[in-house]
Amino acid sequence: MRKNLYILFVGAIALFSLSSCGYNSMVKLDEQVQAQWAQVENVYQRRADLIPNLVNTVKGAANFEQQTLTQVVEARAKATQVTVDPTKLTPESIQKFQAAQGELSSALGRLLMVTENYPELKANANFQELQAQIEGTENRITVERQKFNQVTQEYNAKIRSFPTNLTASIFGFEKKGYFQAEAGANKAPKVEF
Amino acid sequence: MTRPAKLINVYYFIKRFFLFVFFICGAGLLLQAQDFPAKPNTLVNDYTHTLSANEINQLEQKLVRFDDSTSTQIAVVLIPSLNGYEVADYGAQLAQKWGIGQQGKNNGVLILVSTGDRKITIQTGYGVEGALPDAIAKRIIENQITPEFRQGNYYAGLDKGTDAIIAYTKGEYKNDKPKQKDQGGSVGLIILIIIIILIIISRRGGGGNQVIGSRGGASPFWWFLMGNAMGRGSSGNWGGGRGGSWGGGSGGFGGFGGGSFGGGGASGSW
Repeated sequence: MRKNLYILFVGAIALFSLSSCGYNSMVKLDEQVQAQWAQVENVYQRRADLIPNLVNTVKGAANFEQQTLTQVVEARAKATQVTVDPTKLTPESIQKFQAAQGELSSALGRLLMVTENYPELKANANFQELQAQIEGTENRITVERQKFNQVTQEYNAKIRSFPTNLTASIFGFEKKGYFQAEAGANKAPKVEF
Repeated sequence: MTRPAKLINVYYFIKRFFLFVFFICGAGLLLQAQDFPAKPNTLVNDYTHTLSANEINQLEQKLVRFDDSTSTQIAVVLIPSLNGYEVADYGAQLAQKWGIGQQGKNNGVLILVSTGDRKITIQTGYGVEGALPDAIAKRIIENQITPEFRQGNYYAGLDKGTDAIIAYTKGEYKNDKPKQKDQGGSVGLIILIIIIILIIISRRGGGGNQVIGSRGGASPFWWFLMGNAMGRGSSGNWGGGRGGSWGGGSGGFGGFGGGSFGGGGASGSW
Protein backbone atom coordinates (compact mmCIF):
# COMPACT_ATOMS: atom_id res chain seq x y z
CA MET A 1 0.00 0.00 0.00
CA ARG A 2 2.68 2.41 1.04
CA LYS A 3 4.87 1.44 -1.86
CA ASN A 4 2.02 2.06 -4.28
CA LEU A 5 1.52 5.53 -2.87
CA TYR A 6 5.19 6.16 -3.29
CA ILE A 7 5.08 5.11 -6.92
CA LEU A 8 2.10 7.32 -7.45
CA PHE A 9 3.98 10.21 -5.91
CA VAL A 10 7.07 9.67 -8.06
CA GLY A 11 4.83 9.32 -11.09
CA ALA A 12 3.08 12.59 -10.35
CA ILE A 13 6.37 14.43 -9.95
CA ALA A 14 7.65 12.88 -13.14
CA LEU A 15 4.54 13.98 -14.97
CA PHE A 16 5.02 17.52 -13.73
CA SER A 17 8.66 17.58 -14.66
CA LEU A 18 7.83 16.21 -18.09
CA SER A 19 5.20 18.81 -18.74
CA SER A 20 7.41 21.56 -17.40
CA CYS A 21 10.32 20.70 -19.65
CA GLY A 22 8.19 19.52 -22.49
CA TYR A 23 5.26 20.98 -24.31
CA ASN A 24 4.55 24.03 -22.18
CA SER A 25 8.07 25.33 -22.18
CA MET A 26 8.31 24.82 -25.91
CA VAL A 27 5.21 26.92 -26.41
CA LYS A 28 6.71 29.56 -24.18
CA LEU A 29 9.97 29.59 -26.10
CA ASP A 30 8.10 29.68 -29.38
CA GLU A 31 6.23 32.75 -28.17
CA GLN A 32 9.47 34.35 -27.06
CA VAL A 33 11.03 33.83 -30.47
CA GLN A 34 7.99 35.37 -32.15
CA ALA A 35 8.00 38.33 -29.77
CA GLN A 36 11.67 38.88 -30.42
CA TRP A 37 11.01 38.66 -34.14
CA ALA A 38 8.50 41.47 -33.78
CA GLN A 39 11.21 43.47 -32.08
CA VAL A 40 13.59 42.78 -34.97
CA GLU A 41 11.02 43.90 -37.54
CA ASN A 42 10.35 46.92 -35.40
CA VAL A 43 13.92 48.19 -35.58
CA TYR A 44 14.19 47.48 -39.29
CA GLN A 45 10.98 49.44 -39.76
CA ARG A 46 12.48 52.26 -37.75
CA ARG A 47 15.34 52.39 -40.19
CA ALA A 48 13.01 52.31 -43.19
CA ASP A 49 11.09 55.23 -41.66
CA LEU A 50 14.21 57.31 -41.25
CA ILE A 51 15.38 56.92 -44.82
CA PRO A 52 12.88 59.28 -46.55
CA ASN A 53 13.98 62.04 -44.17
CA LEU A 54 17.57 61.34 -44.89
CA VAL A 55 17.03 61.28 -48.62
CA ASN A 56 15.19 64.61 -48.53
CA THR A 57 17.87 66.24 -46.47
CA VAL A 58 20.66 64.97 -48.67
CA LYS A 59 18.82 66.00 -51.84
CA GLY A 60 19.02 69.58 -50.66
CA ALA A 61 22.78 69.52 -50.82
CA ALA A 62 24.17 71.10 -53.95
CA ASN A 63 24.66 68.63 -56.84
CA PHE A 64 24.53 65.52 -54.69
CA GLU A 65 25.31 62.30 -56.48
CA GLN A 66 21.97 61.07 -57.77
CA GLN A 67 22.98 57.49 -58.32
CA THR A 68 23.64 56.64 -54.66
CA LEU A 69 20.37 58.26 -53.71
CA THR A 70 18.28 56.25 -56.15
CA GLN A 71 20.05 53.08 -55.05
CA VAL A 72 18.98 53.73 -51.47
CA VAL A 73 15.41 54.49 -52.45
CA GLU A 74 15.18 51.33 -54.54
CA ALA A 75 16.76 49.13 -51.92
CA ARG A 76 14.36 50.51 -49.34
CA ALA A 77 11.37 49.76 -51.55
CA LYS A 78 12.58 46.22 -52.05
CA ALA A 79 13.38 45.62 -48.40
CA THR A 80 10.01 46.79 -47.17
CA GLN A 81 8.32 44.37 -49.55
CA VAL A 82 9.93 41.33 -48.01
CA THR A 83 7.98 40.40 -44.93
CA VAL A 84 8.07 37.24 -42.89
CA ASP A 85 5.12 35.51 -41.30
CA PRO A 86 6.14 35.31 -37.62
CA THR A 87 4.65 31.84 -37.33
CA LYS A 88 6.88 30.60 -40.14
CA LEU A 89 10.35 31.70 -39.17
CA THR A 90 12.09 29.11 -41.28
CA PRO A 91 15.78 29.43 -42.12
CA GLU A 92 14.86 30.19 -45.74
CA SER A 93 12.43 33.00 -44.98
CA ILE A 94 14.86 34.64 -42.58
CA GLN A 95 17.63 34.40 -45.12
CA LYS A 96 15.46 36.12 -47.71
CA PHE A 97 14.56 38.86 -45.29
CA GLN A 98 18.16 39.32 -44.31
CA ALA A 99 19.32 39.49 -47.92
CA ALA A 100 16.84 42.26 -48.77
CA GLN A 101 17.69 44.25 -45.65
CA GLY A 102 21.38 43.66 -46.23
CA GLU A 103 21.14 45.30 -49.64
CA LEU A 104 19.56 48.32 -48.03
CA SER A 105 22.30 48.35 -45.38
CA SER A 106 25.06 48.53 -47.94
CA ALA A 107 23.25 51.15 -50.07
CA LEU A 108 22.74 53.24 -46.97
CA GLY A 109 26.34 52.75 -45.90
CA ARG A 110 27.50 53.95 -49.30
CA LEU A 111 25.29 57.01 -49.08
CA LEU A 112 26.65 57.95 -45.66
CA MET A 113 30.19 57.49 -46.95
CA VAL A 114 29.55 59.78 -49.88
CA THR A 115 28.13 62.49 -47.64
CA GLU A 116 31.55 62.76 -46.04
CA ASN A 117 32.59 64.69 -49.14
CA TYR A 118 29.94 67.35 -48.70
CA PRO A 119 31.08 69.78 -46.00
CA GLU A 120 27.83 71.65 -46.44
CA LEU A 121 25.91 68.54 -45.38
CA LYS A 122 28.23 67.73 -42.53
CA ALA A 123 27.60 71.18 -41.07
CA ASN A 124 23.85 70.78 -41.40
CA ALA A 125 22.32 70.22 -37.95
CA ASN A 126 19.36 68.35 -39.36
CA PHE A 127 21.64 65.97 -41.19
CA GLN A 128 23.79 65.43 -38.11
CA GLU A 129 20.75 64.41 -36.10
CA LEU A 130 19.57 62.05 -38.79
CA GLN A 131 23.01 60.52 -38.98
CA ALA A 132 23.01 59.92 -35.21
CA GLN A 133 19.55 58.38 -35.42
CA ILE A 134 20.53 56.06 -38.23
CA GLU A 135 23.67 55.03 -36.38
CA GLY A 136 21.61 54.29 -33.31
CA THR A 137 19.12 52.34 -35.37
CA GLU A 138 21.85 50.22 -36.92
CA ASN A 139 23.06 49.44 -33.39
CA ARG A 140 19.54 48.54 -32.36
CA ILE A 141 19.31 46.20 -35.32
CA THR A 142 22.51 44.48 -34.22
CA VAL A 143 21.27 44.11 -30.66
CA GLU A 144 17.81 42.84 -31.55
CA ARG A 145 19.29 40.36 -34.00
CA GLN A 146 21.64 39.08 -31.32
CA LYS A 147 18.72 38.69 -28.95
CA PHE A 148 16.71 36.94 -31.63
CA ASN A 149 19.51 34.48 -32.25
CA GLN A 150 19.80 33.84 -28.53
CA VAL A 151 16.15 32.93 -27.99
CA THR A 152 16.07 30.99 -31.24
CA GLN A 153 19.08 29.01 -30.16
CA GLU A 154 17.35 28.18 -26.89
CA TYR A 155 14.23 27.14 -28.77
CA ASN A 156 16.09 25.04 -31.33
CA ALA A 157 18.15 23.34 -28.65
CA LYS A 158 14.97 22.48 -26.81
CA ILE A 159 13.12 20.95 -29.73
CA ARG A 160 16.13 18.93 -30.78
CA SER A 161 17.25 17.50 -27.46
CA PHE A 162 15.92 14.37 -25.86
CA PRO A 163 13.27 13.83 -24.54
CA THR A 164 11.60 17.05 -25.64
CA ASN A 165 12.27 16.27 -29.30
CA LEU A 166 9.60 13.56 -29.03
CA THR A 167 6.99 16.08 -27.92
CA ALA A 168 8.25 18.51 -30.53
CA SER A 169 7.80 16.06 -33.38
CA ILE A 170 4.35 15.06 -32.17
CA PHE A 171 3.13 18.64 -32.05
CA GLY A 172 5.02 19.82 -35.10
CA PHE A 173 7.49 22.29 -33.60
CA GLU A 174 9.96 23.12 -36.31
CA LYS A 175 13.49 24.41 -36.27
CA LYS A 176 13.71 28.16 -36.74
CA GLY A 177 16.26 30.15 -38.70
CA TYR A 178 19.05 32.37 -37.44
CA PHE A 179 20.48 35.61 -38.67
CA GLN A 180 23.80 34.79 -40.26
CA ALA A 181 26.74 37.11 -40.08
CA GLU A 182 26.85 38.77 -43.46
CA ALA A 183 30.02 38.41 -45.46
CA GLY A 184 31.83 41.70 -45.23
CA ALA A 185 28.93 43.30 -43.41
CA ASN A 186 31.15 44.42 -40.57
CA LYS A 187 33.46 46.32 -42.84
CA ALA A 188 32.67 49.79 -44.01
CA PRO A 189 31.75 49.76 -47.69
CA LYS A 190 34.45 50.98 -50.04
CA VAL A 191 33.80 54.00 -52.16
CA GLU A 192 35.72 54.58 -55.31
CA PHE A 193 35.75 57.80 -57.25
CA MET B 1 4.25 -8.59 2.77
CA THR B 2 6.25 -9.80 -0.18
CA ARG B 3 5.84 -7.60 -3.16
CA PRO B 4 5.48 -9.12 -6.60
CA ALA B 5 8.77 -9.08 -8.45
CA LYS B 6 7.12 -7.41 -11.43
CA LEU B 7 6.08 -4.40 -9.45
CA ILE B 8 9.58 -3.93 -8.13
CA ASN B 9 10.91 -4.00 -11.64
CA VAL B 10 8.44 -1.45 -12.86
CA TYR B 11 9.14 0.73 -9.89
CA TYR B 12 12.86 0.49 -10.47
CA PHE B 13 12.46 1.34 -14.11
CA ILE B 14 10.25 4.33 -13.43
CA LYS B 15 12.65 5.65 -10.86
CA ARG B 16 15.61 5.26 -13.17
CA PHE B 17 13.86 6.77 -16.12
CA PHE B 18 12.71 9.82 -14.30
CA LEU B 19 16.04 10.39 -12.65
CA PHE B 20 17.39 10.47 -16.16
CA VAL B 21 14.73 12.93 -17.28
CA PHE B 22 15.41 15.11 -14.25
CA PHE B 23 19.07 15.12 -15.12
CA ILE B 24 18.41 16.25 -18.68
CA CYS B 25 15.93 18.89 -17.67
CA GLY B 26 18.20 20.21 -14.99
CA ALA B 27 21.16 20.84 -17.24
CA GLY B 28 21.64 24.57 -17.03
CA LEU B 29 22.96 27.00 -19.55
CA LEU B 30 26.55 28.01 -19.25
CA LEU B 31 27.15 31.65 -19.87
CA GLN B 32 30.38 32.84 -21.29
CA ALA B 33 31.25 36.32 -20.18
CA GLN B 34 35.02 36.50 -20.02
CA ASP B 35 35.21 39.64 -22.10
CA PHE B 36 33.07 41.54 -19.66
CA PRO B 37 33.94 42.63 -16.12
CA ALA B 38 31.84 41.11 -13.34
CA LYS B 39 28.81 43.05 -12.12
CA PRO B 40 30.04 45.65 -9.62
CA ASN B 41 28.39 47.31 -6.64
CA THR B 42 29.07 50.85 -7.72
CA LEU B 43 27.80 53.07 -10.51
CA VAL B 44 31.22 54.49 -11.36
CA ASN B 45 33.77 51.88 -12.35
CA ASP B 46 37.19 52.91 -13.53
CA TYR B 47 39.20 49.90 -14.66
CA THR B 48 41.91 52.16 -16.05
CA HIS B 49 42.89 54.18 -12.94
CA THR B 50 42.37 57.39 -14.88
CA LEU B 51 40.22 59.09 -12.27
CA SER B 52 41.38 59.85 -8.74
CA ALA B 53 39.60 58.29 -5.78
CA ASN B 54 38.12 61.65 -4.94
CA GLU B 55 36.77 62.17 -8.45
CA ILE B 56 35.24 58.71 -8.51
CA ASN B 57 33.64 59.40 -5.17
CA GLN B 58 32.14 62.72 -6.28
CA LEU B 59 30.75 61.24 -9.45
CA GLU B 60 29.39 58.23 -7.59
CA GLN B 61 27.69 60.42 -4.99
CA LYS B 62 25.98 62.45 -7.66
CA LEU B 63 24.76 59.39 -9.58
CA VAL B 64 23.59 57.57 -6.45
CA ARG B 65 21.59 60.65 -5.45
CA PHE B 66 19.99 60.65 -8.89
CA ASP B 67 19.24 56.94 -8.62
CA ASP B 68 17.69 57.51 -5.20
CA SER B 69 15.33 60.20 -6.39
CA THR B 70 14.40 58.91 -9.85
CA SER B 71 15.46 55.24 -9.88
CA THR B 72 17.16 56.03 -13.19
CA GLN B 73 20.63 54.53 -13.07
CA ILE B 74 23.51 56.15 -14.91
CA ALA B 75 26.62 53.98 -14.88
CA VAL B 76 30.05 55.23 -15.87
CA VAL B 77 32.63 52.68 -16.95
CA LEU B 78 36.19 53.24 -18.09
CA ILE B 79 38.04 50.34 -19.65
CA PRO B 80 41.54 50.20 -21.11
CA SER B 81 40.62 48.42 -24.35
CA LEU B 82 37.66 47.07 -26.30
CA ASN B 83 39.57 43.99 -27.48
CA GLY B 84 38.34 44.41 -31.02
CA TYR B 85 34.69 44.99 -30.14
CA GLU B 86 32.75 47.81 -31.68
CA VAL B 87 32.21 50.36 -28.90
CA ALA B 88 28.40 50.50 -29.20
CA ASP B 89 28.15 46.72 -29.39
CA TYR B 90 30.33 46.23 -26.32
CA GLY B 91 28.42 48.92 -24.45
CA ALA B 92 25.02 47.43 -25.22
CA GLN B 93 26.12 43.95 -24.19
CA LEU B 94 27.78 45.14 -21.00
CA ALA B 95 24.77 47.23 -20.00
CA GLN B 96 22.45 44.30 -20.65
CA LYS B 97 24.66 41.91 -18.67
CA TRP B 98 24.85 44.20 -15.68
CA GLY B 99 21.18 45.09 -15.90
CA ILE B 100 21.59 48.82 -15.41
CA GLY B 101 18.27 50.49 -14.59
CA GLN B 102 15.14 49.00 -13.08
CA GLN B 103 13.45 45.93 -14.41
CA GLY B 104 10.24 46.87 -16.18
CA LYS B 105 11.20 50.53 -16.44
CA ASN B 106 14.46 49.79 -18.27
CA ASN B 107 15.69 53.20 -17.24
CA GLY B 108 19.43 52.68 -17.36
CA VAL B 109 22.11 54.68 -19.09
CA LEU B 110 25.67 53.53 -19.62
CA ILE B 111 28.58 55.80 -20.42
CA LEU B 112 31.37 53.56 -21.61
CA VAL B 113 34.81 54.98 -22.26
CA SER B 114 37.66 53.01 -23.75
CA THR B 115 40.76 55.05 -23.08
CA GLY B 116 42.97 52.86 -25.25
CA ASP B 117 40.74 53.14 -28.31
CA ARG B 118 39.82 56.78 -27.53
CA LYS B 119 36.19 55.87 -28.04
CA ILE B 120 33.08 56.61 -26.05
CA THR B 121 29.47 55.48 -26.20
CA ILE B 122 26.30 56.44 -24.38
CA GLN B 123 23.92 53.48 -24.32
CA THR B 124 20.31 54.11 -23.40
CA GLY B 125 17.94 51.52 -21.97
CA TYR B 126 14.61 50.91 -23.71
CA GLY B 127 12.85 53.18 -21.23
CA VAL B 128 15.20 56.13 -21.68
CA GLU B 129 15.20 56.22 -25.47
CA GLY B 130 12.34 58.71 -25.43
CA ALA B 131 13.88 61.14 -22.96
CA LEU B 132 17.39 60.80 -24.34
CA PRO B 133 17.13 60.18 -28.09
CA ASP B 134 20.17 59.17 -30.10
CA ALA B 135 20.61 62.64 -31.55
CA ILE B 136 20.73 64.16 -28.06
CA ALA B 137 23.16 61.51 -26.86
CA LYS B 138 25.34 62.33 -29.84
CA ARG B 139 25.15 66.01 -29.00
CA ILE B 140 26.17 65.39 -25.40
CA ILE B 141 29.17 63.41 -26.59
CA GLU B 142 30.20 66.05 -29.11
CA ASN B 143 29.52 69.14 -27.04
CA GLN B 144 30.05 68.16 -23.40
CA ILE B 145 32.32 65.16 -23.24
CA THR B 146 34.83 64.86 -26.05
CA PRO B 147 36.02 68.51 -25.96
CA GLU B 148 37.14 67.90 -22.37
CA PHE B 149 38.58 64.49 -23.19
CA ARG B 150 40.72 66.03 -25.90
CA GLN B 151 42.28 68.23 -23.25
CA GLY B 152 42.82 65.18 -21.06
CA ASN B 153 40.17 66.31 -18.57
CA TYR B 154 38.39 63.00 -18.16
CA TYR B 155 36.66 63.92 -14.96
CA ALA B 156 35.37 67.24 -16.28
CA GLY B 157 34.03 65.52 -19.41
CA LEU B 158 32.23 62.84 -17.45
CA ASP B 159 30.94 65.34 -14.92
CA LYS B 160 29.45 67.57 -17.59
CA GLY B 161 28.20 64.62 -19.59
CA THR B 162 26.38 63.08 -16.63
CA ASP B 163 24.94 66.50 -15.75
CA ALA B 164 23.51 66.77 -19.24
CA ILE B 165 22.07 63.25 -19.11
CA ILE B 166 20.53 64.00 -15.74
CA ALA B 167 18.97 67.16 -17.14
CA TYR B 168 17.36 65.24 -19.98
CA THR B 169 16.14 62.23 -18.02
CA LYS B 170 15.14 64.03 -14.81
CA GLY B 171 11.40 64.21 -15.34
CA GLU B 172 10.97 60.78 -16.89
CA TYR B 173 10.80 58.51 -13.86
CA LYS B 174 10.17 58.73 -10.15
CA ASN B 175 11.54 56.36 -7.59
CA ASP B 176 8.39 54.68 -6.32
CA LYS B 177 10.30 52.48 -3.94
CA PRO B 178 12.48 54.98 -2.10
CA LYS B 179 14.91 53.74 0.46
CA GLN B 180 13.37 54.12 3.90
CA LYS B 181 16.02 56.09 5.59
CA ASP B 182 15.56 56.99 9.25
CA GLN B 183 11.85 56.42 9.51
CA GLY B 184 11.77 52.74 8.72
CA GLY B 185 14.76 51.91 10.85
CA SER B 186 13.51 53.89 13.81
CA VAL B 187 10.06 52.28 13.81
CA GLY B 188 11.74 48.89 13.92
CA LEU B 189 14.06 50.09 16.63
CA ILE B 190 11.23 51.48 18.78
CA ILE B 191 9.36 48.19 18.58
CA LEU B 192 12.51 46.34 19.50
CA ILE B 193 13.07 48.62 22.50
CA ILE B 194 9.45 48.19 23.62
CA ILE B 195 9.84 44.43 23.43
CA ILE B 196 13.02 44.52 25.48
CA ILE B 197 11.45 46.81 28.08
CA LEU B 198 8.41 44.55 28.31
CA ILE B 199 10.61 41.54 28.80
CA ILE B 200 12.54 43.27 31.56
CA ILE B 201 9.34 44.42 33.26
CA SER B 202 7.79 41.00 33.07
CA ARG B 203 10.91 39.37 34.42
CA ARG B 204 11.06 41.74 37.37
CA GLY B 205 7.36 41.78 38.10
CA GLY B 206 6.24 38.22 38.12
CA GLY B 207 9.47 36.44 38.48
CA GLY B 208 8.10 33.86 36.14
CA ASN B 209 7.78 34.12 32.41
CA GLN B 210 4.57 35.93 31.63
CA VAL B 211 5.26 36.42 28.00
CA ILE B 212 4.45 32.85 27.30
CA GLY B 213 1.89 32.16 29.93
CA SER B 214 1.67 29.17 32.21
CA ARG B 215 -0.65 27.47 29.78
CA GLY B 216 1.87 27.81 27.01
CA GLY B 217 0.04 30.41 24.95
CA ALA B 218 1.24 33.92 24.44
CA SER B 219 -1.08 36.86 24.87
CA PRO B 220 -2.66 38.27 21.72
CA PHE B 221 -1.03 41.60 22.38
CA TRP B 222 2.33 39.92 22.30
CA TRP B 223 1.63 38.19 19.01
CA PHE B 224 0.50 41.49 17.57
CA LEU B 225 3.80 43.06 18.48
CA MET B 226 5.76 40.16 17.12
CA GLY B 227 3.79 40.07 13.92
CA ASN B 228 4.31 43.73 13.45
CA ALA B 229 8.01 43.39 13.96
CA MET B 230 8.31 40.40 11.67
CA GLY B 231 6.31 42.15 8.99
CA ARG B 232 8.63 45.09 9.10
CA GLY B 233 11.58 42.83 8.94
CA SER B 234 10.49 41.12 5.79
CA SER B 235 9.59 44.31 4.03
CA GLY B 236 13.17 45.32 4.31
CA ASN B 237 12.92 48.29 6.63
CA TRP B 238 14.75 46.77 9.50
CA GLY B 239 17.30 44.44 8.11
CA GLY B 240 18.90 47.22 6.20
CA GLY B 241 18.36 45.18 3.07
CA ARG B 242 19.56 48.00 0.90
CA GLY B 243 23.02 48.96 1.94
CA GLY B 244 23.32 51.93 4.20
CA SER B 245 19.66 52.57 4.83
CA TRP B 246 20.27 52.39 8.57
CA GLY B 247 23.02 54.87 8.86
CA GLY B 248 20.89 57.86 7.99
CA GLY B 249 23.59 59.31 5.74
CA SER B 250 23.27 59.58 2.00
CA GLY B 251 23.46 55.80 1.66
CA GLY B 252 25.23 53.62 -0.87
CA PHE B 253 24.23 52.28 -4.22
CA GLY B 254 21.61 49.55 -3.95
CA GLY B 255 22.71 47.54 -6.97
CA PHE B 256 21.61 47.30 -10.57
CA GLY B 257 17.93 46.58 -11.03
CA GLY B 258 17.91 44.40 -14.17
CA GLY B 259 17.09 46.95 -16.88
CA SER B 260 17.21 45.95 -20.52
CA PHE B 261 19.00 47.58 -23.45
CA GLY B 262 18.30 47.59 -27.14
CA GLY B 263 21.31 49.35 -28.61
CA GLY B 264 19.95 52.89 -28.51
CA GLY B 265 22.33 55.76 -27.93
CA ALA B 266 25.30 57.25 -29.72
CA SER B 267 29.04 56.88 -29.96
CA GLY B 268 31.99 59.07 -30.70
CA SER B 269 35.73 59.33 -30.51
CA TRP B 270 38.23 61.98 -29.53
